[in-house]
Formats: sequence, C-alpha cells, structure tokens
Amino acid sequence: MSTATADVVRVHVPARSWRSELRAVKVVWFRELIRFRSDRVRIVTQMVQPLLFLFVLGAGLEQLSSASTHGVDLKTFIYPGILCMSVMFTAMFSAASIVWDREYGFLREMMVAPVRRSSIVIGKCIGGATVAGFQGVIMIALAPVVGVPYSATLIVGVLALQLLLAFSITAFGVMVSARITQIQSFMGVMQLIVTPMFFLSGALFPVTDLPGWLAVLNRLDPLTYAVEPMRSLVFAHLDLSSGAEAALNPGVTWFGWTVPIALSVFTVFALGMTMLAIAIWEFNAGE
Amino acid sequence: MPSAISVKSLRKSFGDLEAVRGVDFEVETGEVFGFLGPNGAGKTTTINMLCTLSRPTGGSASVAGHDVVSARDEVRRHIGLVFQDPTLDGYLTAEQNLRLHAELYGVEKAAVAPRMQQVMEMVGLWERRDSQVLTFSGGMRRRLEIARGLMHSPRVLFLDEPTIGLDPQTRSSIWGYIRELQEREEITIFMTTHYMDEAEFCGRIAIMDHGEIVALDTPQALKEGVGADRIRIETDDDGAAIEAIDRVFGLEATVSEGAVSFAVPDGEEFVPRLFAELGVPIRSVSLSRPTLDDVFMSHTGSTIRDAEELGKGDRKIAAQMLAGIKR
Repeated sequence: MSTATADVVRVHVPARSWRSELRAVKVVWFRELIRFRSDRVRIVTQMVQPLLFLFVLGAGLEQLSSASTHGVDLKTFIYPGILCMSVMFTAMFSAASIVWDREYGFLREMMVAPVRRSSIVIGKCIGGATVAGFQGVIMIALAPVVGVPYSATLIVGVLALQLLLAFSITAFGVMVSARITQIQSFMGVMQLIVTPMFFLSGALFPVTDLPGWLAVLNRLDPLTYAVEPMRSLVFAHLDLSSGAEAALNPGVTWFGWTVPIALSVFTVFALGMTMLAIAIWEFNAGE
Repeated sequence: MPSAISVKSLRKSFGDLEAVRGVDFEVETGEVFGFLGPNGAGKTTTINMLCTLSRPTGGSASVAGHDVVSARDEVRRHIGLVFQDPTLDGYLTAEQNLRLHAELYGVEKAAVAPRMQQVMEMVGLWERRDSQVLTFSGGMRRRLEIARGLMHSPRVLFLDEPTIGLDPQTRSSIWGYIRELQEREEITIFMTTHYMDEAEFCGRIAIMDHGEIVALDTPQALKEGVGADRIRIETDDDGAAIEAIDRVFGLEATVSEGAVSFAVPDGEEFVPRLFAELGVPIRSVSLSRPTLDDVFMSHTGSTIRDAEELGKGDRKIAAQMLAGIKR
C-alpha cells in the first residue's frame, strides 16, 4: 500500500485567502476570454447591429436631417451612441452565458468550489467587460470613417467609458440571471429592457426640447448617463461651431440644472456597483 | 482514524414533502460506501446535503471532520464531486476544464501539471487532453468528470450515480478506476447507485427507501441477513431424501417443481457434506445465493423496479419542487 501510494501526486488545497479568491476571479475571467475567442461567429454577428445603425440608419436619415445638424454628419452625431450600443449587446450576451452555464450544468462546478460566490460573479462581470472591450476597440477603430480623428485621449477615454458601461450591463444581466433561469425568458427580458434603454438614451437624438414624457423617461434611463459623457468626449475632439455644439450636445439637465459629466459617469459606476452587489447577494442566497 | 462521514438524524423537507426523514450513519476513512435505493428514495437529497449544496432542515452531518453547515468551505475543499448530470464546459478542452478546476480549488501551481497528467492517465484520456469536451462521448465525459473530481486530491469523493446511462463496458471500466483509486490514494468513496449488481462492489451499503435507511451493512452480511442459501437437489427418491435431510441434518425440505429444496446457511460448505452423508443418490444439485435484490425485497417489500414504478407519482412532485430551487 505504501509503495503504491508513493508515486501519487498529492496536492494540497490551502485555506481560503484573498489570494485564492483572486485566482478564482482570474480563472472565471479567463474562461470568458477563451470562450469568446473560440466563438468567432459571435464576434461577427454582434458587430452587425451597431454597424447597421451607424452606416445605414446614419446615412439614410442624413437625407432628412442635414439641415438641423449644423453641418455635422449624422453618422458623427450618433457615433458616440453606437460606441455605447456595441458594448451593451456584447455585455448582455456575456451575462447570458451564466444562464447557459446553469443549463449545461457548469454553473454547479463553479458554485461548489471552495471560493466565495462573489469571486465568481465579479470574475464574470470583469470577463463581460473585457470581451465587450474588444468589440469596443473595433468600433473605436472606425472613428476616422465617421469624421472623428484618432487621438490618444479619445481612444483611452472611450475605451474606459466602454469598459465601465459593459461592466455595469454585465452586472445587470448577472443580477437578472439569478432569477430568470431559462435562456429564452432571459433573452426576452434583456431585449425588453435593453432595447428601450438604448432608444430612450439619446444615443440617436439630442436630449433637449424633448416631449415631456420622453424627457422624463430619458432622464430615468441609466444609459443616458453613459451616452452623454461619451458624446462630450467625442465632440471635444471635433472642431464644431458653437451652434452645432449647443444643438447636438446640450448636456443632460435635471430640472434645469446641467448634470456634470463626472456625476454622469459616477451614476453609471454607482448603478453598476449596486447591481453587482445585488447579484452577489442573490447568488449567495441561492442554495 | 476519525470517520470520513458522520451523519446524525439528518433531515430535509421541501414544504410538506419529507425527502429525508432522519438518517444516521458513519463512513470510515478509506471505505467505499454505497447508497442504494430506487429513484426518489432521497439518495441525491442526502448527497446534496453532505456536499453542502443543500442545507439540512434537521440533524447534522460532518464530512472529512468538518460540519457541512458551519464549515461549508472546509468541507468543499476536501471533497470531490461527480454529479449525475454533466457539469463540464463543452467549449473548453479537457485540459482547460481540469486547469480551471485546479484554479478554483487553489491547487498549488507546481502540482497542477503532474497531477493532471496522473488523473487523466488513470481514466485513459491523457491523449485526448487537447480535444474540446463537446467531441467526447457520454462515457468519456463521465471519466473526465471523475478525473476532475480528483484533481485537488479530495479526502472524500462523492459519486452520484456514476455509471447511470453508460454502456456495460464503460460501467465496468469506471468500477476499475474506483478500485484502483481505493488502492492508490487514501480516499473515501461515497456513491449512490440503483444498479444492484454494482452495489456488490461497495464495502458497505445503506439501503434507502422513502427517505429512510432501512438496512446498512456489508453486501455479504446483508445477503446473509436475508436468510440462507437455497439448495435444490434432484434425487431418485424424493420422499427418502426429505426424510434423510430431516434425520441427518435437522433441516426441513419440500418438494417443488420436481426437486427437493431447502435452505441452509453457508451452502457451499454444506454441499460436500450433503453428498457424503445423505445416503440417497443425488442426480443434480443447484445452489442459489440471495442477491441484493432479495435484500432490497426483504427490507422494502418490493423489488427496486417496482419501487420505482410506485414512486413515479411522488417523484414528479419532487421534481417540480426541485425545479423551483435554484441550482
């Protein structure tokens, strides 16, 4: 017996520490990357919708709107919104993978591991953000095509905002996935929430002088606070007339008070963190 | 050595349904312990509580020396799990699945590669380590799950119906691994099955029915408990044979279907004496031993198959309730 066991590689599992939690976060994150890389169809299909909006809708409506955009190409105007959109849908799909994982049993493998559920949820959210970031980079690369010149501050700033948005959307999706365990229902619910969020956000129109009901919904839409900083950032790198700036990037107002960019960004961050906390709590509560 | 698993009046109810109604048992370190019973008897519910996947509604249990409720992570670190349903990531390769597991369990970095090779060689999948799990057959996946469950050198390996739905050849090779494991590593194996023939391989088995343990012992003892072996002989003179059996051995024999039959403990040792001492010519002899089916029958009053048929209605309710619980 003793000779037989001598060649067995024994491994020792150390007590739980922040280091082991970090390893868990890292491996859950890494798995998202492996899966994304192997799913080339997904990379392509998720590019289609933002590109349709940008080039087809943008070029088409240009015919109608050129008078009111103060000489700014409509594609340039909606580009910041599309930068947000491209990461939103990718992040949503990343969150959906938790529902798939449940369906195919893999979630169980993660849930029974001797690590905190929060490590798994956080790893998933960072994974979703990273994967969406890749998608975002492709969209950023298109900047000159829509009349936005490259610049280091633009690229870094846009990517940072995209990562933040993608993280928050993934957290939102993970939160939903704790309750909605069937993939069809999950995708339905996400579409039902994310699509109106996109349309209400001002990604496709300036947010001043909206009809009252739309103004209210716009201000309540969390995505508004991601689109607004994104547009300000892109417009800061353009040479625009003051008239165009005022008409196209008026800023979000609360009862007449213009919300500072920093507060908008913080709003997205705070919402993301809140949803992450709820997601962690929900996964901890489940057996 | 302390018990690997110690369970005291463990209970679990789902609403009004009592899935486990107070079970007690101890599993010694190094033992292969089988949990036997029809589907819906409470086996999986019990295993889930022992694996910390489900909280008991009463009683207590400790695994590898740690309480399943108060020291959940300690328990998790020392157990390996192979579920009935697959829990592999099909899009990853076999190696990636195992590496991921090692990371989640915090296995020392230097030990990951050699340990991985060892467990994969054991289940004969080392050559296929770079293939996506999607391309694996059901039997290969189950083998990979067993290898993965062993990656972190658990002290107790839980196998929930490890051979269900597999072809006989794969079933027997999985049993081969289990025996090999038991010899090579100081590991306790706790498994559930509803194949009677497989339960024979366990050191001890507990028979569960309707949420209770109705019998617990070695397969041998359980079978002996049912009663003796049955011997049937064909003779030239049945009447004389019955009379001689009564006179020489003090046993009561009857004639049925043209043969004399009687029950006797340790039938194998009895047969030579029978020939030597009976004094009536014997034309043929047959010996049948009680099977675990007989054991199950004697404790539950039905065969395992009948029990499953009867339990179907209950199980449907249980399945609905379980579906409502988040996995």
